[in-house]
Amino acid sequence: MNAARQNRFNTFAAHGALILYTLIALFPVFIIVINSFKDRRSIFREPLALPNAESFSMIGYETVLKQGDFFLYFQNSMIVTVGSLFFILLFGAMAAFALAEYRFKGNTLMGLYLALGIMIPIRIGTVAILEMMVQTGLVNTLWALILVYTAQGSPLAVFILSEFMRQVSDDLKNAGRIDGLSEYRIFFRLVLPLVRPAMATVAVFNMIPIWNDLWFPLILAPAEEVKTLTLGSQVFIGQFVTDWNAVLSALSLAILPVLALYVIFSRQLIRGITSGAVK
Amino acid sequence: MTALTLTDVCKSFGAVDVLKEINLTVEDGEFVVFVGPSGCGKSTLLRVIAGLEDATRGTVEIGGDVVNNTPPAKRGIAMVFQSYALYPHLSVRDNMALSLKQEKQPKSVIEERVSKAVQMLDLGAYVDRRPSDLSGGQRQRVAIGRAIVRDPKLFLFDEPLSNLDAALRMNTRIEIAELHRTLSASMIYVTHDQTEAMTLADKIVVLRDGRVEQVGSPMELYNNPANKFVAGFLGSPAMNFLQKAPIDLPQGGTLGVRPEHLRLEKGGRIKGTVTHVERLGGDTNLLIATSQKEEMTVRLFGQDSTAVGASVELEFDNSSAFAFDTNEQRVAF
Ligand SMILES: Nc1ncnc2c1ncn2[C@@H]1O[C@H](COP(=O)(O)OP(=O)(O)O)[C@@H](O)[C@H]1O
Ligand SMILES: [Mg+2]
Repeated sequence: MNAARQNRFNTFAAHGALILYTLIALFPVFIIVINSFKDRRSIFREPLALPNAESFSMIGYETVLKQGDFFLYFQNSMIVTVGSLFFILLFGAMAAFALAEYRFKGNTLMGLYLALGIMIPIRIGTVAILEMMVQTGLVNTLWALILVYTAQGSPLAVFILSEFMRQVSDDLKNAGRIDGLSEYRIFFRLVLPLVRPAMATVAVFNMIPIWNDLWFPLILAPAEEVKTLTLGSQVFIGQFVTDWNAVLSALSLAILPVLALYVIFSRQLIRGITSGAVK
Repeated sequence: MTALTLTDVCKSFGAVDVLKEINLTVEDGEFVVFVGPSGCGKSTLLRVIAGLEDATRGTVEIGGDVVNNTPPAKRGIAMVFQSYALYPHLSVRDNMALSLKQEKQPKSVIEERVSKAVQMLDLGAYVDRRPSDLSGGQRQRVAIGRAIVRDPKLFLFDEPLSNLDAALRMNTRIEIAELHRTLSASMIYVTHDQTEAMTLADKIVVLRDGRVEQVGSPMELYNNPANKFVAGFLGSPAMNFLQKAPIDLPQGGTLGVRPEHLRLEKGGRIKGTVTHVERLGGDTNLLIATSQKEEMTVRLFGQDSTAVGASVELEFDNSSAFAFDTNEQRVAF
């Protein structure tokens, strides 16, 4: 077999495997979405069938939307996720820059200390966090969640971003210093744009766990006006009866914003890898 | 006035001493080249001068002022980097204008200085392009332009030609020499390439392992190297070193003869066999294994018909040869 044909075969096999994986990964999502458009009976009788004229029903969505607070939950989840990502990226990148760029006593020690957070799950400290939030009066505010998620996401962000920042050309930063740019401008205008792909990666990794988290909203912000979407959807799951139409509709709706955020970041992922600064 | 004075400058990274007691002056308008093998501390020295690294000890004076505690932007220097280091998000014009904007110069001054540099470097057609849309040579010219607009007391070049291909390197070298003549500015130029050093410099500073080995004009260093390292580093092809020499040497010493000072001559003092011939048209290089099993190169001017395998006898004038003792220092003979 010659090289060219073998290559094509390899490409084909790789694509085949990826498509298969995509199908498997999307299958549950697909089932949720089609069933959210069916009436209760059809969901259980034929869970795999597409909705048809007979089984089509919007009852789930109607229930969800009538549950007046649903948009509020949506908004809360959005604020928490976007806010947390913003602070994770901002503080993570700044810490990473300091670790990568400046020589100071305890640099390595500081890096190790920050990396420790990757290995120790933040939930271990839940009780202490709750006590702290009670004392600072942050219980039942979105800030409580944003702060906790920022702490949760920062270690990995620092770790990944400092690795990337080490690769940004020293010459470029030095050129900025000679031209009189402040360290802040060097950081924001020269370095950050060049590590944008890494920032997008960090954002994508952090986004889903924050959006889906049930633990901290339940403990730190269970009040009606600060409920997140995941917590809010729990009202449809009862101990004895579960409103499956509503649950499936709520889940389908919950996918949309994450999808939008993901599209934004993944475009950055691809776009970031271009620049003609060095060589 | 002296453009730069270094007094006992040392630089250590942790326990590693990279620069060791560097003493040096650069006169006004002088073109000084720091030359030495990779890793000898040339870039570090340049960064200390620029203020991008702090000297561990010693003083740095630029234009008569001690600048040890002055930030890079206020030292009156401009630097051109090997990797160009252009700002990727700015156009050619804005790349050049940035430092003047930071100094809060009036718009008219910025406009005037940038357009002068653009004209000088022939970049007129590219001013609105991004660095990513330029070729390597054009990028390096923009980087030079960015240095020119600052009108610095001292230019610093860190291997500016290393990323260019051979033809472009020669052209850009000439452009830099012309630039030095037009601006009559003080320049420090770092390179590991002895050709660049010999062709550009008013004064060469040879560095090895963070120490200054010798300072002098190109011809002084070529004709009068202080030690074996300088003798071997400058000149191409490199100087031949013979342990088993046909003259009286101090115990363990070395004889140095440049390839161009050897000639084929019947009855010459060195006998050997030709192992390889390089015909360059203008001159011919013979690689020779001597009867004492040492290797040497002979550079003959013009074309020569000596073939591989031929037995040859070589002669040189004692006046153009050098002797070095066991410490590699030059000795008379
Ligand atoms: N920031 C640094 N930390 C530690 N060692 C360094 C640093 N910068 C340079 N060095 C060391 O200093 C020596 C000289 O480097 P450099 O000045 O870049 O050499 P050159 O430019 O002559 O090739 C090298 O051995 C290098 O490893
Ligand atoms: Mg260097």
